[in-house]
Amino acid sequence: MIEIGGVYTVWLREMIRYFRQKERIVATLTMPVFWLLIFGGSLRASVDVGGIDYRSFISPGVVAMSLMFTSVFSGVSIIWDRELGFMKEMLVSPVSRLSIVVGKALGTATTSLIQGIMVMLIAILLGLKVGLATFLLTVPLMLLISIGLVGIGISIGSLMNNVEGFQLIMNFIVMPMFFLSGALFPISNLPPTLKLITYLDPLTYAVELLRHVLIGISSIPFAISLFVVIGFSVLMMVLSAWLFSRRG
Amino acid sequence: MKGLTKTFNKGFIAVDGITFSIKKGEIFGFLGPNGAGKTTTISILCTLLKPTSGKAAVCGYDADSEQNKVRKCIGVVFQDMTLDDRLTARENLELHARLYGIPKSEREKRIDEVLGIVGLKDRENSIVKTFSGGMQRRLEIARGLIHYPQVLFLDEPTLGLDPQTRKHVWEYIVMLKRDYDMTIFLTTHYMEEADELCDRIAIIEHGKIIAIDTPRKLKDSLGGDTIVLDVDDKDTEKALKTFKGAKRFDGQIILSVRNAGREIGKVLERCRENKINVIEANIRKPALNDVFLKLTGREIREEEVGLREQLRRRRTMGGHGR
Repeated sequence: MIEIGGVYTVWLREMIRYFRQKERIVATLTMPVFWLLIFGGSLRASVDVGGIDYRSFISPGVVAMSLMFTSVFSGVSIIWDRELGFMKEMLVSPVSRLSIVVGKALGTATTSLIQGIMVMLIAILLGLKVGLATFLLTVPLMLLISIGLVGIGISIGSLMNNVEGFQLIMNFIVMPMFFLSGALFPISNLPPTLKLITYLDPLTYAVELLRHVLIGISSIPFAISLFVVIGFSVLMMVLSAWLFSRRG
Repeated sequence: MKGLTKTFNKGFIAVDGITFSIKKGEIFGFLGPNGAGKTTTISILCTLLKPTSGKAAVCGYDADSEQNKVRKCIGVVFQDMTLDDRLTARENLELHARLYGIPKSEREKRIDEVLGIVGLKDRENSIVKTFSGGMQRRLEIARGLIHYPQVLFLDEPTLGLDPQTRKHVWEYIVMLKRDYDMTIFLTTHYMEEADELCDRIAIIEHGKIIAIDTPRKLKDSLGGDTIVLDVDDKDTEKALKTFKGAKRFDGQIILSVRNAGREIGKVLERCRENKINVIEANIRKPALNDVFLKLTGREIREEEVGLREQLRRRRTMGGHGR
């Protein structure tokens, strides 16, 4: 029961809202820039990650991070939709629940993709060497990664009742996922326990995937990363659609 | 709209096995204090809540099993704001038209039309956040009309609005019925609103319908006018004994009489005879408030709930920025 028109409408709303808040776009870009400029710039002289420039090494990780921040937070924004009432407008319309979730997810994934592309361009400006073909190849990958991450956001948003729990998500889901993902360090050198945890973090595979494509190295084989990312995205989409519809 | 009964249960019973039917093209009012079950009833009719038991039919479709058909033929204006305040008025209307699958060729025309109805044409490209409460309400009403619903639901359409805007909203509602032959279901806890607008009213309290009729007949059922006596506290009991059928409310004595203007002299005379000290005497022509008072023994406290509701509404409309 997916209506293309309904999906498109919900997607369109996300787009209008996104482009209307220019200051928010800039604000969400500052964090990745800080990571690349300050963290990457300060550690590049003292950290050796297999002969690769440290800033280039973390660039795919920072791209994945910005995908995650945008996706998860925008997904959770269905709480605001509920609180501000627009959700009711969608719920009484003849558009099915499934179309609303799919539209929301695609809209959020699109904004997240735009964000990811901008971060990648910044990374290129700061010295990451990427060919055009590689650049284009990352686009569908980023979209795929975003969809899974949006699913996390929508699922949490469907389970939460108010915006107060927002900080909690930040502290207990988003930040740990980022730090445990190998975005900032090579996971192959980790002690076994920590390594195991990074393998449980879905973002690890997203980072590995992007790193493989962008700078040609990875600790996890490309096929496995791709498989996990696809599986995770499908799983999260189904879960979020179910949780959202159940709540009605 | 056909007859419907339903019991709703969510720990407590919000709507308790009510049955009513609404005629096509009438303005039907649900009148009752806050928490009486009005919004719950609307939510069920709009397919947002499922009834625990019983059946609800809207436009001939079952509100539970034929949700999509119901959604297509109804328009809803909720109590709380449900616009996207980051978008312009026109964008809000356009999204709505798209959600209801109105083809592109029709969209522009209808948006212009409804903007004209509520007089917001000159503000169509303003962000909704900058609108006053009254303008937002008007825009919500406009939005509810784009897809030409057969039935329009209005949940407390004038809550928190100033008297002037309220009058405007009333005019729109009457116009919709008159010019578009729309069936309108509205809830309110404002007596004069129900009185002025509705063809028929159901008075609801504690989830039960306690009366259902035209405002005229409901008032006539009181059998005449009311005399309100404000007497010395020590004389209250005496007064209740003196006048048969007298009721006490808020320290005042309420008498139901056929014609208050003619009978007030007699009433005051009897007070003098019985040494009841009358501080003030007032005549009231029957109002819906008295109907409610007679049926339940209490008044709908507009001021009290009104204030709380207004605060709530202001909170929903203001702040909350992202």
